[in-house]
Amino acid sequence: MNRTKGAIRMRARALIHVAVFLSVGALATSALAASADDFKMALAKAEAANKQAADIKNQWTTTGQAIAAAKKAADAGKFDEAVAHAQQAEALANGSVAQAKEQEKLWPDAVIR
Amino acid sequence: MLRKVLFAVALVAGTVQPLLADNAVNPQADFKAFRKYFTERFPKLPLNDFVNGPYSMDEGLRKQWQAKEEFPPYDFALDKGKEMFAKPFKNGKTYADCFPNKGIGVRQMYPMFDAKSGEVITLDIAINECRQVNGEAPLDYLKDDMASLTAYMAFTSRGKPMDIKILNDPRALAAYKKGEEYFYTRRGQFNMSCASCHVQNPGNHIRTEMLAPALGIMNALPIYRSEWGSMGSTSRRLTTCNSQIRGVPLKPEAEEYRDVEYFLSYMANGLPISGPGARP
Repeated sequence: MNRTKGAIRMRARALIHVAVFLSVGALATSALAASADDFKMALAKAEAANKQAADIKNQWTTTGQAIAAAKKAADAGKFDEAVAHAQQAEALANGSVAQAKEQEKLWPDAVIR
Repeated sequence: MLRKVLFAVALVAGTVQPLLADNAVNPQADFKAFRKYFTERFPKLPLNDFVNGPYSMDEGLRKQWQAKEEFPPYDFALDKGKEMFAKPFKNGKTYADCFPNKGIGVRQMYPMFDAKSGEVITLDIAINECRQVNGEAPLDYLKDDMASLTAYMAFTSRGKPMDIKILNDPRALAAYKKGEEYFYTRRGQFNMSCASCHVQNPGNHIRTEMLAPALGIMNALPIYRSEWGSMGSTSRRLTTCNSQIRGVPLKPEAEEYRDVEYFLSYMANGLPISGPGARP
């Protein structure tokens, strides 16, 4: 009786481990394997942020470079890489917008008086 | 109710007044402070020597430059500019017809504020306006022809003191203020302003380059740069500065560039024109 219970417990634990392993694996796979749609979404966000920077005349050259790298990777079917570049571009564009807003207030501090 | 109104008025007055004081445009006060900063920072440097940029900061560089000036690298551009200046347009007129004193010895008056357009007009803009009025295509602000023409015109002004007028016109004062703002605003991924190099670090190296002081920096333009292997206009200099700090440059002769040239040139009032210059 005890042996049977022990065997059932062991089997259940094994099943749980397998399930956890599979679900973690599935999550990891879904996080890594970006699709063309993921890329399009990431690119749209990056381009919107970069346009905001352009509107206030404060784009960074590296944003454009990251967007170009994202498109190149997407053209080669490397969507993980493409999404990573697009996300980097979005972060850079957001940085340039934040810089401009901050400098609107800070530049007078640098004036020679 | 009256108490509330009075309180609100007092609150607004208390907030607005200091803002107005901070934002007040006072070119004369800026000029004095700017001049004092540089002359106190480099007390042994003769005032007129600031226009020589990096050569005023380093004896070794100065000797190299003096040797180079025996056969200046901008000589070819000067010859070309002189020829272009004299050559009539298709309608028979020349540049001389567009400028005061027939365009000779006038460089020190640019940039100037044009009350008609309400904008700052640089020498480069004035040259293109002259061309267009006479039915010619405008020159590219970044290319050799423009730099050659301005080099020749600067040469005819050599030694003349910079003479920039900030008109008592709210639009001129606003342009001056925008120029000042552009000069001190950090930009680009490197988060640097014009002042980061030319106010905070003149005389220091950035990589292999010796940074020039902001005082008198416009007086040497246009310049031949060994790094470029050719002449460069003010527009070329400004757009390159932006790229070097990883900022996307504005269009050549954009309003912001013209305004910063206006601001910096006013700061250099009284200092001699030394252009065309030669830089490493």
